[in-house]
Amino acid sequence: MSLLDVQHLTLQFRTDEGLVTAVEDVSFELDAGEVLGLVGESGSGKSVTAKALMKLNPENAVYAPDSRIELNLQQRTIDVLSLKSGKDLQLIRGGAVSMIFQEPMASFAPAITIGDQMVEQLILHKQISKREARTISIEMLDRVGISDAAKRFDQYAFELSGGMRQRAMIAMALSTRPSLLIADEPTTALDVTIQAQVIDLMKDLIREFGMGIIFITHDLGVIAQTADKVAVMYLGKLVEQGPVREVIRHPAHPYTRGLLNALPKLDDLDTPLQPIPGDIPSPLERPSGCVFHTRCPLAESRCRESVPEYESFGTGHKAACFVTAEQRGAV
Amino acid sequence: MSTSPGGVAPAPRTPPASARRESGHDTPLIRADKLSVHFPIGGGLFTRKQMLRAVDEVSLSIPKGSFFGLVGESGSGKTTLGRAMLRATPITGGSIAYSDGEVHYDLVELPKSQLIEYRKRAQLIFQDPYAALSPRMTVRDIIAEPLEVMGITATREATDERVRTIAAKCRLNLEHLRRFPHAFSGGQRQRISIARALVSSPRFVVADESVAALDVSIQADILNLLKALQNELQLTYLFISHDLSVVAHICDHVAVMYLGRLVETAPTRELFRAPRHPYTKALLSAIPSLDPDQRGTAQKLEGEIPSPTNPPSGCKFHTRCPYAIDVCRNTEPELDHMGTEHEVACHRWQELALHDYD
Repeated sequence: MSLLDVQHLTLQFRTDEGLVTAVEDVSFELDAGEVLGLVGESGSGKSVTAKALMKLNPENAVYAPDSRIELNLQQRTIDVLSLKSGKDLQLIRGGAVSMIFQEPMASFAPAITIGDQMVEQLILHKQISKREARTISIEMLDRVGISDAAKRFDQYAFELSGGMRQRAMIAMALSTRPSLLIADEPTTALDVTIQAQVIDLMKDLIREFGMGIIFITHDLGVIAQTADKVAVMYLGKLVEQGPVREVIRHPAHPYTRGLLNALPKLDDLDTPLQPIPGDIPSPLERPSGCVFHTRCPLAESRCRESVPEYESFGTGHKAACFVTAEQRGAV
Repeated sequence: MSTSPGGVAPAPRTPPASARRESGHDTPLIRADKLSVHFPIGGGLFTRKQMLRAVDEVSLSIPKGSFFGLVGESGSGKTTLGRAMLRATPITGGSIAYSDGEVHYDLVELPKSQLIEYRKRAQLIFQDPYAALSPRMTVRDIIAEPLEVMGITATREATDERVRTIAAKCRLNLEHLRRFPHAFSGGQRQRISIARALVSSPRFVVADESVAALDVSIQADILNLLKALQNELQLTYLFISHDLSVVAHICDHVAVMYLGRLVETAPTRELFRAPRHPYTKALLSAIPSLDPDQRGTAQKLEGEIPSPTNPPSGCKFHTRCPYAIDVCRNTEPELDHMGTEHEVACHRWQELALHDYD
């Protein structure tokens, strides 16, 4: 049984302009100790999908009836979407599931010290005393490479540099020993030399803590460096997923291929950059059939009319494309 | 192909190396000499006044017709240097010479009347296409505004004509011009920003992180557009970016900044093939490789960029440099010509180069 099992997740938002589909029929699984890279551009629904795992989406979110999110912990299985009260949700939010964000300033309260926030969270989720919580927090800060952890414990987030803040947020997220960590663009706002440090740290922590990680990013290089599996999203659909080597070396979906071709690569400066033609359609005007057909170089009439099913292209490697399935011969 | 106003002959894409300092006749479009921009901070009742040395004695030549990349991390001073070259920030010391064949300006001493003229010739493209465009103006008015403010066109017809021409070059049609910015995607907005920057027929364009806010699939499109416009309109770009892979693809020259200083500058291929400064090397190796089997090969830098209000003594990079020795802590290295166009500011580059096999 996988740690996380997401089946047919469909999520719409009620807006003034009607129901807007943000995520459509997304299914994936994640094992403990595994890193899933969730890739996509703005508006692809990657953050909405991640927030659904903690039921963090706003009030106007409507989950389709057959959507299922199951979290299989050691003692019990939690049906996330059936959780209602704040107390039940606390089981997952900050407890079994933690989240780190792109902008660490946004997740620390500006007028509360880092230590007080860490302690508060620990006391809420674990049956421990304030003194124990303090010890655990300082150990955790030290573990993520913050020098002088006891001093930092009493400081405010604004007193730390960008890289240190990101480390502090990781420390806070991991102090409750979550089974699942969701990292939403955790390195995007960082400079490249600091990003390399944080990626290294996260790899160490995965090995040490053994939790499952969902790593959301738009940067395929970061995915290649951290993930075991990749899932590629476009306009709310999961168009391709599979082992990281397979997807990056033999991308099956034209969108994944387009993303890789559009990426400036340092080892090949001669090939001109190939943009994916056109713009991402507005979520209010979702294309019929395959959502990518308006920008796809391979699109045929059937792509406009019907939605392609997932086809398998190897162990765990799946993509939803009529044309590729025929050309490559789905397994 | 249109020729640029004034019939300036097309500049060679990459001027020969000798054109830089040795021979005087082919001068760079813009050249900074020991340029400094310092900002006073603090100085309240109880705090001591401090100087933030955002740009510290930087010398830089941008050849005419080049796509000149300026890279560095946050706090390196790259944006301030770009602003200084547009005379959009107070300059503390040094000089900047601008010479496009028609006019020659000493930017630091520029009188107000000439500054207005310089604004037509030097423009800025911003990073965030969502913040840079007024939501209350139509796209036509946004693009036309510089023409009206600077009094470039005399009649409304002439303005419309000019707006339509530049919009078409940026792949915006008449229908687009009637709409408001909120109706556009990020890529389209950036094309509007570009059209606005280019409507006054500038020769020199500073593009400050102009693709950083865009998705990968759109980013490639905007980069290709900037390149096409450069050839068509004979533009010289200063392309400021933190993304080295983008710079590697689009720029012909690159300068690397660290804490207000220029640490290395070279033609792009040369820099990426044989980086000499330890900071450049570390930057390059920190870029996450697309190959999942090349994990953990990066040469890691310890620590973070120090505060520019309290920069380290000697070489500014010595606190993070794995090769730092005593001389690095005490003496600030000057930019050293190592090839015709390759300059590096490191005491030990020659010694360290011996250990490289490139």
